[in-house]
Amino acid sequence: MSGPSDYQPSNPALQWIERRLPILGLMHSSFVVYPTPRNLNYWWTFGAILSFMLGMQILTGVILAMHYTPHADLAFKSVELLVRDVNYGWLLRNMHACGASMFFFAVYVHMLRGLYYGSYKEPREVLWILGVIIYLLMMATGFMGYVLPWGQMSFWGATVITNLFSAIPYVGESIVTLLWGGYSVGNPTLNRFFSLHYLLPFLIAGVVVLHVWALHVAGQNNPDGVEPKTEKDTVPFTPHATIKDGFGVACFLLLYAWFIFYMPNYLGDADNYIPANPGVTPPHIVPEWYYLPFYAILRSIPNKLAGVIGMFSAIIILCFLPWLDAAKTKSSKYRPLAKQFFWIFVAVCILLGYLGAQPPEGIYVIAGRVLTVCYFAYFLIVLPLLARIEKPRPVPNSISEAILAKSGKAVASVAIALVAAGALFLGSLQDARASEGSDKPPGNKWSFAGPFGKYDRGALQRGLKVYKEVCSNCHGLSYVAFRNLAEAGGPGYSVAQAAAFASDYKIKDGPNDAGDMFERAGRPADYFPSPFPNEQAARAANGGAAPPDLSLITKARSYGRGFPMFIFDFFTQYQEQGPDYVSAVLQGFEDKVPEGVTIPEGSYYNKYFPGHAIKMPKPLSDGQVTYDDGSPTTIAQYSKDVTTFLMWTAEPHMEARKRMGFQVFIFLIIFAGLMYFTKKKVWADSH
Amino acid sequence: MNPDASTIAAGAPIEVDLSPVAEGQDIKVFWRGKPIYISHRTKKQIDEARAVNVASLPDPQTDEARVKSGHEQWLVVIGICTHLGCIPIAHEGNYDGFFCPCHGSQYDSSGRIRQGPAPANLPVPPYQFVSDTKIQIG
Repeated sequence: MSGPSDYQPSNPALQWIERRLPILGLMHSSFVVYPTPRNLNYWWTFGAILSFMLGMQILTGVILAMHYTPHADLAFKSVELLVRDVNYGWLLRNMHACGASMFFFAVYVHMLRGLYYGSYKEPREVLWILGVIIYLLMMATGFMGYVLPWGQMSFWGATVITNLFSAIPYVGESIVTLLWGGYSVGNPTLNRFFSLHYLLPFLIAGVVVLHVWALHVAGQNNPDGVEPKTEKDTVPFTPHATIKDGFGVACFLLLYAWFIFYMPNYLGDADNYIPANPGVTPPHIVPEWYYLPFYAILRSIPNKLAGVIGMFSAIIILCFLPWLDAAKTKSSKYRPLAKQFFWIFVAVCILLGYLGAQPPEGIYVIAGRVLTVCYFAYFLIVLPLLARIEKPRPVPNSISEAILAKSGKAVASVAIALVAAGALFLGSLQDARASEGSDKPPGNKWSFAGPFGKYDRGALQRGLKVYKEVCSNCHGLSYVAFRNLAEAGGPGYSVAQAAAFASDYKIKDGPNDAGDMFERAGRPADYFPSPFPNEQAARAANGGAAPPDLSLITKARSYGRGFPMFIFDFFTQYQEQGPDYVSAVLQGFEDKVPEGVTIPEGSYYNKYFPGHAIKMPKPLSDGQVTYDDGSPTTIAQYSKDVTTFLMWTAEPHMEARKRMGFQVFIFLIIFAGLMYFTKKKVWADSH
Repeated sequence: MNPDASTIAAGAPIEVDLSPVAEGQDIKVFWRGKPIYISHRTKKQIDEARAVNVASLPDPQTDEARVKSGHEQWLVVIGICTHLGCIPIAHEGNYDGFFCPCHGSQYDSSGRIRQGPAPANLPVPPYQFVSDTKIQIG
């Protein structure tokens, strides 16, 4: 996009097209011969990574929309069935859900890179503002996408975020009604969010085209912040930048795949596996991690309107960055003070994100206020002031000179990383000490944990027996069909055995020719019948507390791991909070209520249940269910078996997920290695 | 994009029978998709609500203005926190009223905001007594 191209295709057919629509010339001048600074580092590959992620989100999203039902009564179930029944549906959903997080992760790196190297400065102001617009659109898209599964967090997140607009004086309430399409968040809201969630990514793609256009007019910034002067300062985009971006994308894919195949729920919230309920607010509403810093700013300002204004201005202020920072030197590499303040700013953002996930009380509120002031002070005080008082180091005359002067700068960043890791480790020791003696569920050795975890077939079969004889008296299992019992990765029954199992059940069917409902024997395609016809009946029969459906219970329950355990969990792939909790609750009944705890009439004391007063009486006792395979008939064994079974009902394709993850990792590691050596060869003469 | 005709029609007034609600109890009904708390207040709760210095409240309003005279024991409020729309829990918090678990707002036994980030009292929906034991909301 730098002037008319002199590109001439050699193929006559292409020449014919090129004379009428010079699209090939446009591509050629933009992505082949386009001069790119020679000194770009790997932080510059995030532009390509983001384009890749946008394409990935659109592609997986379009396929997911083919299977999704945007209706308040059906949305949750359609997402669950998509994961269970659609071919590779679990993969599509994980790619899309983790993809959103990866997209935001990449965009934050991209933005911070721009901030560090001064990429917003003259002549790239419009390029930067277009980027902020893309970011705003991404936030809107991400928020509406999170509403679509229609779980508890979806519903209450939608309620809290749409209510932000009610803070606007005079017109606020009408705007909120317009967003809802009703008197509260409901089916019309879900419908319009689905429509907009499908629309906005294409708007993003449009603004991305403008963003790239503006980039190719102004030219790329670079780590030294000096504009290319001679041909020696640049290399052609292809093959140099393309192969480098390719290697960057391959490395990023490794991280992405780690989430997709091994930690799909790490960044999500367990509450979103509970269907939306307008009558019950979850005890702790948290947005997705990528909004947390702004959520923390919202909450730290005690006035509602001021909080909303504060939150939005935290983003809008980025648009004014080119004028707030008037320093002539672009790159923080040559700005000793700006560099330090940049890293402080990064720390402030991360800490705000941490606070956004904490309950709004005590020290967290005060810390949030201090950090909110720091956030705005960086833009409004530090940057304008630095432009006046800082004495930058001399910048090199040209890019090629900068490359020649390059030395072992990496030492400093390695040192910083080591210090950070050390601090984390020390923090972990303290935390481990603090958590001793609390009522966190004890960890278990699960056969399905870890990268090669598999369900223990015997445990699944025994767990099914425990469910059938004990749990099913009160709890449904409505997302599981009898046919699932014969599927690969499940309890290992044959199709005939599953059919025989189904035929023991009476299923309500109809209406028949006479218009009556009738009962018939179950078939493999039927789902486990629920013990109560509806939630109200379940509530009435159980002293006011409806027994939850167990299909997803091991994913819908969790407990806080706390800092820094949640960071280690990412590396150890620990994600069995749900099973640990379920198994602990089953074994946590105690007849003797400790002093100071009062249990209301009709409730029972449970050590691990939040609040300790559970409506469910102790469900299991030794010897209650007979096992044919000689396993011990103890409460501990029952809990272990039934929890394993419930983990399978929550994620029947887990074995396929982990198996494919291993294959994908082998492929990606080889692919990234090949890309690296190709890149090295291509760049051999340019460094 | 405003509410369509069927949504508006479904938002027509509803009648609620109060006779099964004992003193000290409260029920939650849904009207226009919003939870409405109907509390049968105890003498203590009424006295507490009336003993407060109205001028000291963040959103000054007397208890008399929030209930129907002659039916002081009945408090009818929309159970949506005026901060960001969560549903407060009845009979919790320091003021014998409502406590919002999301951001910690506390309302008293008249549904008035006493503590926390919420800017206003819990709104009283339009309603009237059809008989002594029946109200029409809307």
